[in-house]
Amino acid sequence: MNERMVQLEVLRYDPQVDDEPHFQHYEVPCKEEWVVLDALNAIKESIDPTLNYRWSCHMAVCGSCGMMINGEPRLSCHAFLRGFAGVIRVEPLAHFPIERDLVTVADDFIDKLKRVKPYLIPGEPRPIGAGEYLQTPAQLMKYRHFSMCINCMLCYAACPQYALQPLFLGPAAITLAHRYNLDSRDGGREQRQQVIATDEGVWECSFVGACSEVCPKAVDPAAALQQVKVASTLDWFREHLLPGSAT
Amino acid sequence: MSRRPFVRLVSGTRWYFGHPRYLRYMSREVTCIFIGAFALLLLRAVERLSAGQAAYASFLAAIAGPWSALGLSLVVIFALHNAVSWFNVTPKALPVQIGEGFLPGGFIVAAHYAAWILVSLAVLLFAGVL
Repeated sequence: MNERMVQLEVLRYDPQVDDEPHFQHYEVPCKEEWVVLDALNAIKESIDPTLNYRWSCHMAVCGSCGMMINGEPRLSCHAFLRGFAGVIRVEPLAHFPIERDLVTVADDFIDKLKRVKPYLIPGEPRPIGAGEYLQTPAQLMKYRHFSMCINCMLCYAACPQYALQPLFLGPAAITLAHRYNLDSRDGGREQRQQVIATDEGVWECSFVGACSEVCPKAVDPAAALQQVKVASTLDWFREHLLPGSAT
Repeated sequence: MSRRPFVRLVSGTRWYFGHPRYLRYMSREVTCIFIGAFALLLLRAVERLSAGQAAYASFLAAIAGPWSALGLSLVVIFALHNAVSWFNVTPKALPVQIGEGFLPGGFIVAAHYAAWILVSLAVLLFAGVL
C-alpha cells in the first residue's frame, strides 16, 4: 500500500500556557487512502499525544470532526489527503471560540438548537390506543432532505452573518425548525415561529448561501431559510390583511 | 482545570475578502447601489417630464454624452447580474413538490426568465416601441 509523507500545519492552543493560538508543523507518514482525521490520529498516536480534537464515527454521520481544512469547513473524516497538494492547514471550526487546539466551544449552537424545539410537538393530545401517526411518502418527502442534518456546525463556520451577528440563530437551528414545521405529524409551528421569524432568526440571514455550499449532507440550509422567509411573510399578510384568519 | 476559550474576532469591514464565495455574494449585493442610483435618475426624469417638454428635453440633453452612456451601461450590466443571480436561486425559496418528487429547479428558473421576457415585451408594447 502506497505511503507518503504529508505535511500538516495544525493550530494549537493551550489555555493554561498560550495567550493566543499558534501553528505547529507536523510531517506524518500517511497511506494513500487516508483522510485528514487519520493523519491527526497518527500524530496523536506516534508524534504528539497532547493534540486535542473531537471525533467519533469516522464515517460522516456523527458530525463531531468538523474543522477548517485549508480555510474550508470540512468533516476531517471526509477530507481525503489525496485531494490536497502541499502543506495542509488544519484549524478549529471558524466563528466558534477555541476551547483547546482543534476543539471549539459549541454551547452557543446547542442553546440555539434547544430554543427552536427540534422535535415533534403533536397538535392535539392523542391516546396511545389510537395507533401510530401515519404519513404518506409525499408528506415525508416534503421535509426528508432537511432531516439529514447531523449538527456538525460546518454551516455556522461558513456563515458570515453568524460571525458578525452572534445572536443570529444560524442555519442549522432554523433548518431543523423548518423540518419539523413541514412535518404533517407536527403542531408546534406557532411556538417555533416565535423564535425563528424574528430579527435574530431568519431575518438576520442575507442569503450568502455558504451554508449550503459546505453542508456535507446536502441538507441545503439556505433553501430552508428562504422558505421560512416566504412562509413568515405570508403569515404577516394573512395577519394584517385577513384579520381573524389562522396562520 | 480552568477554562479560557479563545475568541477569534472577524473584521466587520474585510470579512468578504476571506473566501471567493463571499466576494461573489458581495458582487450581487453591491448591484443595489447602481440600481438605486438608476431609480433616482428615473424619478428625476419623471419629475422633469411633469415640468414640461422643454424641461424634459433639457434633462435628456444633460444626461447625453459618453460618461452617461458608460454609467448607464454599468447600470444595465449590474441589473442583469442582479436579476440573473436572483433568478438562479429562486428554486431554493420556491420549491414545487409534485407527488413524491420536486420539479427540477431549471423549470422554476426558466419560468422566471419567461415572465421577465413577457413583462419586458408588454412594457415595450405599451411604450409604443414595438
